Amino acid sequence: MLRSPFHHGQDTGQTQLFIGLHLIHEVTSPQAFDMLRARGARVAFPQRTVATVDHIVPTRDQRRPFLDVMAEEMLSSLERNCREHGIPLLDLSSGHQGIVHVIGPELGLTQPGMTIACGDSHTSTHGAFGAIAFGIGTSQVRDVLASQSLAIDPLKVRRIVVRGRLSHGVYAKDVILEIIRRLGVNGGAGYAYEYGGDTIDRMSMDERMTICNMSIEGGARVGYVNPDATTFEYIRGRQFAPVGDDFERACRWWTSMGSDREAVYDDEVILDAAAIQPTVTWGINPGQSISIGERIPASGDQDALAFMGFRSGQPLKGTKIDVAFVGSCTNGRLSDLREAARIIRGRHVAPHVKALVVPGSQSVRAAAEREGLDRVFTEAGFEWRGAGCSMCLAMNPDRLEGRELCASSSNRNFKGRQGSPTGRTLLMSPAMVAAAAVAGEVVDVREFATTEAALGR
Amino acid sequence: MAVEPVRQISGTALPLRGDDIDTDRIIPARFLKSVSFEGLERHLFEDDRREADTQGKATHPASNPAYARASIMLVNANFGCGSSREHAPQAIRRRGIRAVLGQSFSEIFFGNSVALGMPCPTASRETLHALMQTVEADPSTLLSIDLEKMRVRAPGREYEISLPAGAREAFLVGSWDATGLLLEQFEQVEAVAGRLPYVTANW
Repeated sequence: MLRSPFHHGQDTGQTQLFIGLHLIHEVTSPQAFDMLRARGARVAFPQRTVATVDHIVPTRDQRRPFLDVMAEEMLSSLERNCREHGIPLLDLSSGHQGIVHVIGPELGLTQPGMTIACGDSHTSTHGAFGAIAFGIGTSQVRDVLASQSLAIDPLKVRRIVVRGRLSHGVYAKDVILEIIRRLGVNGGAGYAYEYGGDTIDRMSMDERMTICNMSIEGGARVGYVNPDATTFEYIRGRQFAPVGDDFERACRWWTSMGSDREAVYDDEVILDAAAIQPTVTWGINPGQSISIGERIPASGDQDALAFMGFRSGQPLKGTKIDVAFVGSCTNGRLSDLREAARIIRGRHVAPHVKALVVPGSQSVRAAAEREGLDRVFTEAGFEWRGAGCSMCLAMNPDRLEGRELCASSSNRNFKGRQGSPTGRTLLMSPAMVAAAAVAGEVVDVREFATTEAALGR
Repeated sequence: MAVEPVRQISGTALPLRGDDIDTDRIIPARFLKSVSFEGLERHLFEDDRREADTQGKATHPASNPAYARASIMLVNANFGCGSSREHAPQAIRRRGIRAVLGQSFSEIFFGNSVALGMPCPTASRETLHALMQTVEADPSTLLSIDLEKMRVRAPGREYEISLPAGAREAFLVGSWDATGLLLEQFEQVEAVAGRLPYVTANW
């Protein structure tokens, strides 16, 4: 796959890679368009770039102009740039707006065998489809706009095989948190992570996206799963998917673009799915985690523990939370909302907890409302919001205050990530977030909802 | 666009200890709310600096006037992990830093820094430890990073550094601003596009 025929050598010894799909958003693109303008360059393939607005979008009051003048300026700038260069923009009035990594797949823009770049590190999400997808910075956004290509260094490939059945109450989120814990936040540097094994084979596309999404938290810029029947069935019928005979021919091409059975990997790691438990982070990077029954290790980083207000030897179970957040490009898709809703149905959020659900896209929100999930959430005391990145990185009004502790289905527990410099994040699956919201503290979702129906498997 | 080669960076250094320093810490997301990179340097490490000030910890190196004129930053492992925001290397570059020497870098941060003409070579943990100690003991210590000989020099000592071949060549020949080079081969880009079924819709 990495040696597919669309590459050719360049003077620097790197490879010039054609970018099949370029996704842009309001935060990392305005300066790129300015650089382009300063050079008098044009957008080479405007129809291979798709724009949306996600990071700064308010999720409560979305009337224009936004109350936040800087947010309004960023969106206006994106609108101007898209108009000037003929780039399609999926804006708030489109019905398709949402987090860039949620809308690419759900519109059928993301397809196997594609090379995908976006000025956002979680672009690795799209690798779940058998695409090579990675995050880039603004200067590289400029380069893709100008040339539809990028100069890249070769990547090694580590195959991560997950075998066996996941236990009830254990989700794709727990699998990737366990992988990062095992291999480290830096373990993937220089590698693409290719996930396989029967556990991954049985996963839905939503689950595979959750895994690939957080590859970057393990240091791997690229996450990848070979395309299969699950992939093709997901794509079938979506807006930008090929139709009729073309679809059948596309499936053959997509299959041909997958990695070979005989492929030789630079490294291989095997995980036993049955051994994975619901996992929660205790520190300030996504590798600092324990399973819900464990205690924070004695070797725990002191700076992280001091920031979090935890100590070695302490369990996380029973830790009081202030905020519960269900959403993000990791876990803001319809299946994530369903998992959370199953847990909270007929229950209520603890009185001291502020809880919100932010669907990953307008389409996710509409689909959830068709199933009545919005009522399940609001009756339980969750706020039901508009689509966007929201409290994953708090560039909109949704943010932690002071030292608040947030049970979050997002991807990063970095210091200050959720908007308050002293705010604290516990990463976990959406079901675990929902259970924590109701209990008012970190709980084991398996004890919290013992019936299999509630755990959804 | 023709750019200057970057062969040697000399000057005083700012030592920043700690592994896994993410780009949210380098430049918190609230300062990304702008359509330009101007003024980002004022908010470099802002929350870490404030945390140090308010919690009675040692002054953050980026707040320490002794390092105010540094042109090299010394860091540990996995520097710049997390978000792809180019705002992070932009803030560092605009603060006057012209090279970052570390044990290892996140790939996206590394690539973003190349595009700004700011090399991020690596050296061993021991080398970084020795250099940081030297600089902390005497902030006026002059260091010199030589990308031709792949060495970092401190008074009386020198150490080996490394840099991937592609990035090194880009700095030495002055082709680190990639746009022009990529466009030189635009005909081939178009040829590739013409062969891809998802571009041509000819499945």
